[in-house]
Amino acid sequence: MSPVKTKVGQRMHSNKNGYVFVAPYAILFILFILAPVIMAVVLSFTNFNAIQWPSFVGFLNYINLITGDDVFMKYVLPNTVKYALIVGVGGYVLAFLLAWGLSNLTKGPRTVFALILYSPSMTTGVAMAVLWKIMFTGDQTGYLNSWLMDIGAINEPIIWLTNTNFLLPIIIIIGLWSSMGVGFLSILAGLLNVDEALYEAAAIDGVKNRFQEMIYVTIPSMKPQMLFAAVMQIVGAFQNGMISTLLAGNPTPGYAGQLIVNHIEDYGFIRYEMGYAAAVSVVLLLIVQIFSSVSTKLFGDND
Amino acid sequence: MAAYRGHRTNPDKFEKSQIKIYLLILPMVLLTGLPIVFIIFHAFKPMEELFAFPPKFITTNPTLDNFRKLIKASRSAGIPISKYVFNSIFITAVVVFGSLLFSTMAAYALSKLKFKGRNVMMQINQIALMFVSVAVMIPRYLVVNKLGMIDTYWAEILPLIALPVGLFLVKQFVDQVPDSLIEAAYMDGAKEWQIYLKVIIPLIKPAIATAAILVFQQVWTNLETSNYYINDDSLKSLAFYMNTLTSTTTTNTVAGQGVAAAASLIMFLPNLILFCILQKNVMNTMAHSGIK
Repeated sequence: MSPVKTKVGQRMHSNKNGYVFVAPYAILFILFILAPVIMAVVLSFTNFNAIQWPSFVGFLNYINLITGDDVFMKYVLPNTVKYALIVGVGGYVLAFLLAWGLSNLTKGPRTVFALILYSPSMTTGVAMAVLWKIMFTGDQTGYLNSWLMDIGAINEPIIWLTNTNFLLPIIIIIGLWSSMGVGFLSILAGLLNVDEALYEAAAIDGVKNRFQEMIYVTIPSMKPQMLFAAVMQIVGAFQNGMISTLLAGNPTPGYAGQLIVNHIEDYGFIRYEMGYAAAVSVVLLLIVQIFSSVSTKLFGDND
Repeated sequence: MAAYRGHRTNPDKFEKSQIKIYLLILPMVLLTGLPIVFIIFHAFKPMEELFAFPPKFITTNPTLDNFRKLIKASRSAGIPISKYVFNSIFITAVVVFGSLLFSTMAAYALSKLKFKGRNVMMQINQIALMFVSVAVMIPRYLVVNKLGMIDTYWAEILPLIALPVGLFLVKQFVDQVPDSLIEAAYMDGAKEWQIYLKVIIPLIKPAIATAAILVFQQVWTNLETSNYYINDDSLKSLAFYMNTLTSTTTTNTVAGQGVAAAASLIMFLPNLILFCILQKNVMNTMAHSGIK
């Protein structure tokens, strides 16, 4: 072997330069993602008011959360579960079905439709809050009220955003509306890249219609995209939960639209009970983790 | 009965069988798109149309009044709107550039350079896809505080640079670059940074474009950093300022609603334009987005 080749072989085999290239990203990742997650876990076992040094309290925060926090058990947890199931899981199924439909269209309309469906996920924060505040204005000048009164569905305007019956459904609708994000695009790309020879082969093997085709051919051959999309969907759903306090304040009226992210903000930045807020954060991270493990079971490589 | 022949995705031309799909999808597209169209119309409505009864969806006499009022409102607040615009453009540019530079470097290393710990690093980043940043806003604040970054631009820049989904997508794309290209470059005596610049970067442009969109959206509309890490009004972002406009002046007040509508359009439009320009790259990148 020539000396040049050995040197090349060595560089392909083991290369310390890798650390140099990873370092800048890794440092910022550790500082602002990894360290905060670890700190959240540690703080969740303490009593911490942001001024004095945290004092260790064991599992007290978790015990309080389960036994003493009526708001959490009565409103926040049920709201969050409902929201996560409908916006996370329901939104995921919807994203798949829409992407599947789009993949059966020609390129022009498909691109335009995909752009329109994706655009709500770009309206974060301000644009979203303004838009929906106007739509759901509580008097007859509100768009929804005006339309509903026009078609005779209601006789007098409904004060949507302070009505405890409507707040959670409104937040769920907004969540679904804005849930065609990165996950949706990933599914669409996956669908467009399924090898068409598979469909022909499956037809010969006895697949009779598009539904069977979807279950037996399409989904199994794009599992990696399905998994990526599932993770993006659930994370997006929780991030978007902040909309409820942008619309109705924190706490939301009668805690009707209170989700777990709003509960964290309430305890952390309004009451400054940071140890307790950290415990709630850990619960949130666990919920996301549970959803992801289920997705990995469904779409992971190990079958 | 004719045997089922298997359908075709991505058809070249319109066929009758697509009508059913149009019928199913069009209502969803309309429902999704109407609020977006509304944001655009609303920003250009003159006062009497903003408060017309019954409310009007379509703008009949478009005007720039709302944008003028927006600028006026900021003049009376002491800090000119141009300062917020500058802050946001500066912060966004630095974060997008930094994030793309660092994540492409890391992606190159994780995909093509073999070193101890690289698999663990990749896995940690993959787990971090699940990271919900609002869950750790308190410890994040403590880190920013400890580093002495409160009330500096750093607090609005550094926490947003590492974006796990950006690195993930770029790395998946670098995986597609054949090893033989890199081997050949080694043979020619190229150094690692030369390979990174001359071989990898030109081949992964679609992934870079996609990561750029994702990072841009995170930064441009970010409220968290200005809200929690910055007390000095002159360092806050445009997104923050727009948000105070829409919350302090309740949208029911006469002046408030027009200003809020203009503000929301200004925040939304850059996202949309950037996505339209780069959308081809996005689909190309997403084809490799799967988690294996």
